[in-house]
Amino acid sequence: MTAELCKLQDRKRFELQDKLARRFGDRIASTGVILCELTVTVRAADLLEVLTHLRDDADFRFEQLVDLCGMDYSAYGSDVSEGGTYPANEAADKKFPARYAAVYHLLSVTHNVRLRVRAFADDDGFPMLDSVTGIWPSANWYEREAFDLYGIVFTEHPDLRRLLTDYGFVGNPFRKDFPLSGTVEMRYDSEQQRVIYQPVTVEPREVTPRIVREEQYGRN
Amino acid sequence: MAEIKNYTINFGPQHPAAHGVLRLVLELDGEVVERADPHIGLLHRATEKLAEHKTFLQNVPYMDRLDYVSMMVNEHAYVMAIERMLGIEVPIRAQYIRVMFDEITRILNHLLWLGASGIDLGAMTMFFYTFREREDLLDAYEAVSGARMHAAYYRPGGVYRDLPESMAHYKESKVHSAADIKRMNANRQGSLLDFLEDFTNRFPTYVDEYETLLTDNRIWKQRTVGIGVVSPERALALGFTGPMLRGSGVVWDLRKKQPYEVYDRMDFDIPVGVEGDCYDRYLVRIEEMRQSNRIIKQCIEWLRKNPGPVMVENFKIAPPKRAAMKENMEELIHHFKLFTEGMHVPEGEVYSAVEHPKGEFGIYLVSDGANKPYRMKIRAPGFAHLSALDEMTRGHMLADVVAIIGTQDIVFGEVDR
Repeated sequence: MTAELCKLQDRKRFELQDKLARRFGDRIASTGVILCELTVTVRAADLLEVLTHLRDDADFRFEQLVDLCGMDYSAYGSDVSEGGTYPANEAADKKFPARYAAVYHLLSVTHNVRLRVRAFADDDGFPMLDSVTGIWPSANWYEREAFDLYGIVFTEHPDLRRLLTDYGFVGNPFRKDFPLSGTVEMRYDSEQQRVIYQPVTVEPREVTPRIVREEQYGRN
Repeated sequence: MAEIKNYTINFGPQHPAAHGVLRLVLELDGEVVERADPHIGLLHRATEKLAEHKTFLQNVPYMDRLDYVSMMVNEHAYVMAIERMLGIEVPIRAQYIRVMFDEITRILNHLLWLGASGIDLGAMTMFFYTFREREDLLDAYEAVSGARMHAAYYRPGGVYRDLPESMAHYKESKVHSAADIKRMNANRQGSLLDFLEDFTNRFPTYVDEYETLLTDNRIWKQRTVGIGVVSPERALALGFTGPMLRGSGVVWDLRKKQPYEVYDRMDFDIPVGVEGDCYDRYLVRIEEMRQSNRIIKQCIEWLRKNPGPVMVENFKIAPPKRAAMKENMEELIHHFKLFTEGMHVPEGEVYSAVEHPKGEFGIYLVSDGANKPYRMKIRAPGFAHLSALDEMTRGHMLADVVAIIGTQDIVFGEVDR
């Protein structure tokens, strides 16, 4: 059943892939249809233009930005863990053009099709991307979240504040080099009679190591 | 004349109508809301970060704790993502069980929403009614998984075990006489399916009771009609899904449009609203409960006739049987490897979405071939809805903010993650 449905949806996605290639040419790079899903990569400079067309053109009509998330590819394919962090990995540098990216999940209610768009932020030291809040207002909080957790700055965002972390939080917690235990902990200090922040006292530990396997695991 | 200034108030985080820990900074002109700025993250537990440090199987219970009023549907999106990446087909009986429990969960969620948003708007009685029915459904959760809420019942490859043949009984105590107990145990004599069938036969009458209390209730209508109106175009642009989108008149339901599991074999209808106000969304959710009841009935009928496996027979994904494990070295090793190192998911990325009671719940899973996810992003429906709170409340009275938070069906477990 699932395989049949997948085939049906795959046809739609191949059509979409052709349309995208005809419309945008080499401004987008498609990875092809994998696992019933179509992913395209857009250069940061072309992002706004391509996404606006994706929303407005009759062939695409992606009315909805379902999800936007930040990504940190620096430790991709690595099985090294140090103190609750995953340090950068050379293999990831080769595989991906930049460390940070934003991944947009678009949905067309008209054509009943999904599309994933990925845009890499060029500068690893100060990742920056154009804000898409002007195209889809739902991007507002998603971009605030990516800014908060990954430190990706979205230019022209109307209100780029931290969203999920504590008031006065320092750092970008979802970066792969940020420790799982965090950097500060909070406790009540009976001498000062108030709640204070102090460096974490938790010892980082790894109960189950991360193991990367290339083989076809679980396929009979 | 004195200068008139806008008044800023703090709503929550410890406000009973804030549905958890929502801090809302409201800028008021008299009693009219000029701007609403929700401050979220007070329940942020970094589930997505934790997931990067846990094996795929260890992450299942975290899913329950996202939207803690519709537990199994959260698990569903997650296990479906893993299954799609592993390329495994779930046994058909497990698919039916999943659909049945998804719909039980939908009723559970809508009942809690109905009770809680009733209480918010002054209809105290609703809460008692809806929690009476929730009790039965939570018993079904308990019978099948051992836990009333955080079930961890769906596993990659199927469901943890088959439906039980018997239900737990109430026991005589100081507060319940033997006659009471007999009455309370009357529908618990058979299997779980018998118990659920009895429930589905009773449930439509209960929904009629709720409607008697609310649908034509003058106060209820005064508080909800014309409040928080969202046009279909705006609803799409703001990322609304589920009843919030259907309340605005957009016919969109993943169970119909992008069916997963066995939803394409089910006979049910999708209710949509007309005006896009709180009252329409209330009507949509009420009708969804009736439709869920229909789906559960169809599942019960099928499940009675078709026994079979509920988990794939692949020991790299699902644990071997307990008995086999005690006799066989190979099974023992499989079990040990699965629960220590965990399963490996092939390199790739997948976005799997389900029609959650609140909207589209999606898991974006990226794996680099390890035994832990490389990245897991949870697309929570409530997050998009709450981000539109400012737009929905602008120009409304302070008391309507409560109605709008209620209609959005916010649960902070999933908004803050």
